[in-house]
Amino acid sequence: MELSEHIKTANVEDVTLRRPFHPALRGTLCVTSHHLLFSDRKDEASWQLLILLKNIDAIEKSVENLFGYPRAVGSSGTITIKCKDLLVLQLEIPGMEECLNIASSIEALSSLESVTEMYPFFYRPSHLTLNGPWGLSSTEQYYKQTERLWDRWRVSTLNSDYSVCPSYPSAVIMPREVDDDKLIRSARFRQGGRFPVLSYCHHRNGMVIMRSSQPLTGANKKRCKEDELLLQAVIDGSELGYIIDLRSAQQAQQARMTGGGFESKSFYSHWKRIHRHHERGKVVQESLIKLVEACSDPSHSVDRWLSKLENSKWLSHVHSALSTAGLVVECVERDGHSVLVHGSEGTDNTLLVSSLAQLILDPASRTVTGFLCLLEREWIQAGHPFQQRCAHSAYSHARLKQECPIFLLLLDCVWQVWRQFPLALEFSEALLLRLAQEVYASNYGTFLCNSEQERCAAGVKENTHCLFQSLLRPDIEEQYLNPLYEPTDLAIWPSVHPQSLQLWTGLFLRWTEYAQNMEEAREEVWSIVKEHHEQAGPDRTNNTLSTHCDTLTPFENLMDELTIL
Amino acid sequence: MEHIRTPKVEQVKLLDRFSNKSVIGTLHLTATHLIFVESNSTSAQEIWILHHHIASMEKLSLTTSGCPLLIQCRNFRLVHFVIPRERDCHDIYSSLLRLLRPVSYDELYAFSYNPKQNDQQREEGWQLIDLAAEFERMGVPCDQWQLTDVNREYKRLPPNICIGLVKSVLPHLLCFYNVLQGGKCLYLFVSCLQAAVCRCSQPLSGFSARCLEDEHMLQAISKANHNSRYIYVMDTRPKLNALANRAAGKGYENEDNYSNIRFQFVGIENIHVMRGSLQKLLEVVGTRSLSMTDYLVGLENSGWLRHIKAIMDAAIFLAKAVTVEGASVLVHCSDGWDRTAQVCALGSLLMDPYYRTIKGFMVLIEKDWISFGHKFADRCDQLDPDQKEVSPIFTQFLECVWQLTEQFPQAFEFSEWFLIQIHEHVHSCQFGNFLGNSQRQREVLQLKERTYSLWAHLLSEKQNYMNPVYSPSFAESHPVLEPSTQACHFKFWRNMYHQYDRSMHPRQSILKQVLTFKESNRELEGTVQALKTKLQKFGVSTSPLKPQTPPRDQEAREDAPASTDGERTVEGSSATENGYGELTGSFGSKNEPAVVTLEFGVARMTC
Repeated sequence: MELSEHIKTANVEDVTLRRPFHPALRGTLCVTSHHLLFSDRKDEASWQLLILLKNIDAIEKSVENLFGYPRAVGSSGTITIKCKDLLVLQLEIPGMEECLNIASSIEALSSLESVTEMYPFFYRPSHLTLNGPWGLSSTEQYYKQTERLWDRWRVSTLNSDYSVCPSYPSAVIMPREVDDDKLIRSARFRQGGRFPVLSYCHHRNGMVIMRSSQPLTGANKKRCKEDELLLQAVIDGSELGYIIDLRSAQQAQQARMTGGGFESKSFYSHWKRIHRHHERGKVVQESLIKLVEACSDPSHSVDRWLSKLENSKWLSHVHSALSTAGLVVECVERDGHSVLVHGSEGTDNTLLVSSLAQLILDPASRTVTGFLCLLEREWIQAGHPFQQRCAHSAYSHARLKQECPIFLLLLDCVWQVWRQFPLALEFSEALLLRLAQEVYASNYGTFLCNSEQERCAAGVKENTHCLFQSLLRPDIEEQYLNPLYEPTDLAIWPSVHPQSLQLWTGLFLRWTEYAQNMEEAREEVWSIVKEHHEQAGPDRTNNTLSTHCDTLTPFENLMDELTIL
Repeated sequence: MEHIRTPKVEQVKLLDRFSNKSVIGTLHLTATHLIFVESNSTSAQEIWILHHHIASMEKLSLTTSGCPLLIQCRNFRLVHFVIPRERDCHDIYSSLLRLLRPVSYDELYAFSYNPKQNDQQREEGWQLIDLAAEFERMGVPCDQWQLTDVNREYKRLPPNICIGLVKSVLPHLLCFYNVLQGGKCLYLFVSCLQAAVCRCSQPLSGFSARCLEDEHMLQAISKANHNSRYIYVMDTRPKLNALANRAAGKGYENEDNYSNIRFQFVGIENIHVMRGSLQKLLEVVGTRSLSMTDYLVGLENSGWLRHIKAIMDAAIFLAKAVTVEGASVLVHCSDGWDRTAQVCALGSLLMDPYYRTIKGFMVLIEKDWISFGHKFADRCDQLDPDQKEVSPIFTQFLECVWQLTEQFPQAFEFSEWFLIQIHEHVHSCQFGNFLGNSQRQREVLQLKERTYSLWAHLLSEKQNYMNPVYSPSFAESHPVLEPSTQACHFKFWRNMYHQYDRSMHPRQSILKQVLTFKESNRELEGTVQALKTKLQKFGVSTSPLKPQTPPRDQEAREDAPASTDGERTVEGSSATENGYGELTGSFGSKNEPAVVTLEFGVARMTC
């Protein structure tokens, strides 16, 4: 079925648009295969609102005279559109039939299943070409850049046809002394074939962060020699490594009943296991739903608001993610040991913790490029199932399937780190907000599909543009820079006291007046810093000026004398 | 000095409140301060605690390492010392017990504090904030309003009503005192477009009493404003409290007796509720290894933010009545010096941009709090040990202002440091401004002759309190602030209630950084100016010396003057402070059995 067949009414005149903090506008509404277009017809320089249909999370319609007179005079309907970036719009459409038509078209077109029908495959801006490089980094590149790895580690291409682990990229970094056969055995012992792979090597002491999925020990405590050897090779001679299991001890025990499990002390004698409970899946999705609901009702009393905020548990998730990331960093940086992180599947919380730990540890991942590379390696290539997780956001009425805003949780945690270290990150909140939007609905192909394998099959790299590449174009990148950035080589340990963590107002209260005041203040900071850079230039100009001052002084004295004479 | 038994104790351990860290140092006891000096020569941190700041002390039971002494301060500092010998601990404890309970005003620090200024400087300091000038700024006295000295002797006088109206457009105010039916009444007028804000105490109406003069006076206030036929009377108490007061012969205005009034209860709780609420709040946030759930539940149960919102709501109601409806408003509570002060001061702040400047804020405090007799001595526990009178009323006002600064980052000339510093000195008794309970008492104490003014001190270090993104043009476009009262905008003020818990603070500060930049911009401009003048002397055109604008490239950024403070704070942060887990113990002893305690003590597991 062609996409256009979903469109029963393409154009409606005299539609009234209501948005928060703007006066109502009248104009023309237009539905295309991928967009909802509203244009204000009054002005010469007409104002347009273009919304990706994929951005629409829920649509609510209320039609007057539903059973009355079809197309009668004065019958009209209102559509409320709730977007995945949390914007809520209202459209008053004259004519009941048009209203219902528009609503059903939006419903059908906003929930397309097939990847190749999605907008990134049709987005062809004139300033971008499809031949350019796609993506910023790869396993091979990371290996090349990280000299510390060259000795003991190698790039293995055993997964080049995605047969060993369908959700891993084609190349992974493994210890030299473990051959590919052993890896294949280890992969069979791990859920989804996600055997332990290197995620980060610390530049100071060469300690590494590994990630994997849970071992399939099952009820009768199976073991896998190759998996044990692989982990032994990771710590190589050092007496200890830490396994951070992102489930409570009890949950890990229970997982054995369904074929999963954990690394037992007797078989992995040099690894110390620490359990940290993290919520996942539906629970986190429901947290987001509850939080957004709490934020969008302005009538709450303080008590009710606090109780709803607590009840959503969102900040508790932020808290545990940052604490566990802190724990990983503590193991690597302070204690000087390698760490293996895993939960169950190793595609959600595992990535959250390992990438946060890198942000805290590694100055390179705090630049714009470095951060995007980190996201690409640790989320996109590492097989976070974006398509499943981000199918719906907080407003959707659809029955939840695999949705889970773990990536949003990551952005929130990064924001918390930025709040505490406002000078340490090269990028600003704006980048995080942009990513929060792009991950749900995008012109670019970067967040499409669930794994590298799927992306390959769908031809994403050949047929769509890369978000990260376009974010790095100098004119675009400038919008996302942190004016106060001052690189530091140290680890940036965030405080995880509940008092130090805050609601990310920039995201959750994005469409309020409050956000506008903040934006103005931010611009003011920018202008002060710009002035500083221009004047100070820095220090050098100051010094030159002072020197000028000094050289002038003798002349001045001379002049004074002359005047006296 | 005679109260000090032990001036110095060595080898005292100071425990961190939220982690297992501790430092060793020496404790000194002086007539005014308790000082802890860290022994470690490299960092040598010093902690100075003014005796007046100490709210309570507790000697805990003896442990193997010594005798613990817990000191809770009014500026929300909490220190936990362990003193090796119990005798020393007892000496310190009993000396402090005497020192922190001064029996007369003369013992307060303000009377011994000497910032090395001569009498003239001191006098100038006191003259910096001048209420008479403030009235003039508002344009009073004028044809409708006049100042009355009816209360000059602070005596009770028969009603003497002098009412006038302010002509100018901006909010203005005028005060006079009135004594009514034996109850002290205070009136203050802020006018905006001819509308006035007045304040007083509750009427002694009981169940049926009337006072014609009082009715006349309200009538006159109402008539003085041609814009509106009615006047709002705001009772800031919950209705139930007002009703209860009637039984004691007090109460509220009967709408039948007063013509053209609109009566409104606002529902701010009394000082005892507020005191309890803060106590609960501090208990919650002082818990170690607090979980997010317990924190949010505790925040809710304390009711603190609910009270803050109630005050804010009242102030917004006031501002709307005056600016939107153009009506005059009379505000009162029971005595007219707690809730009324909060609401009037906050309302003025919303309506008049002047009060959002550093100087203006001082004037506001001087006017609405000090001169109208907020009982600082009682509320801040300066002298009298009657704990029932202590209440964080002024702290709440400061917090409301902070909540506003969070919503309007460009509207205020000062930053939160200014508010915190004022809070510090309201309790420090180091300056004369806040001593005593009323203007009359301050005159008796001859504060202006014997102590120094805080305002002079704060103005002398003004640059520390500036808000770098303050924009006077914002004030022009937003003469009246309209804050959102959505509950989600009311936040916990960490930098106030945890101001001494460094591990909780952001490790780098935007505020500090931007202030530094601004300062350096200013200096550079100065240099450029100096050069220009010199060049002009030689008759040289100044254009060639304009600083070349270097491109904002990577290089430029790296060259930026390294903000060493920023660096240091990063280094200062460490894993131990944060308590990601209680791994600390297990790291050192690697051969120990692998027992891992999960955070918050939820579960223990051996693997």
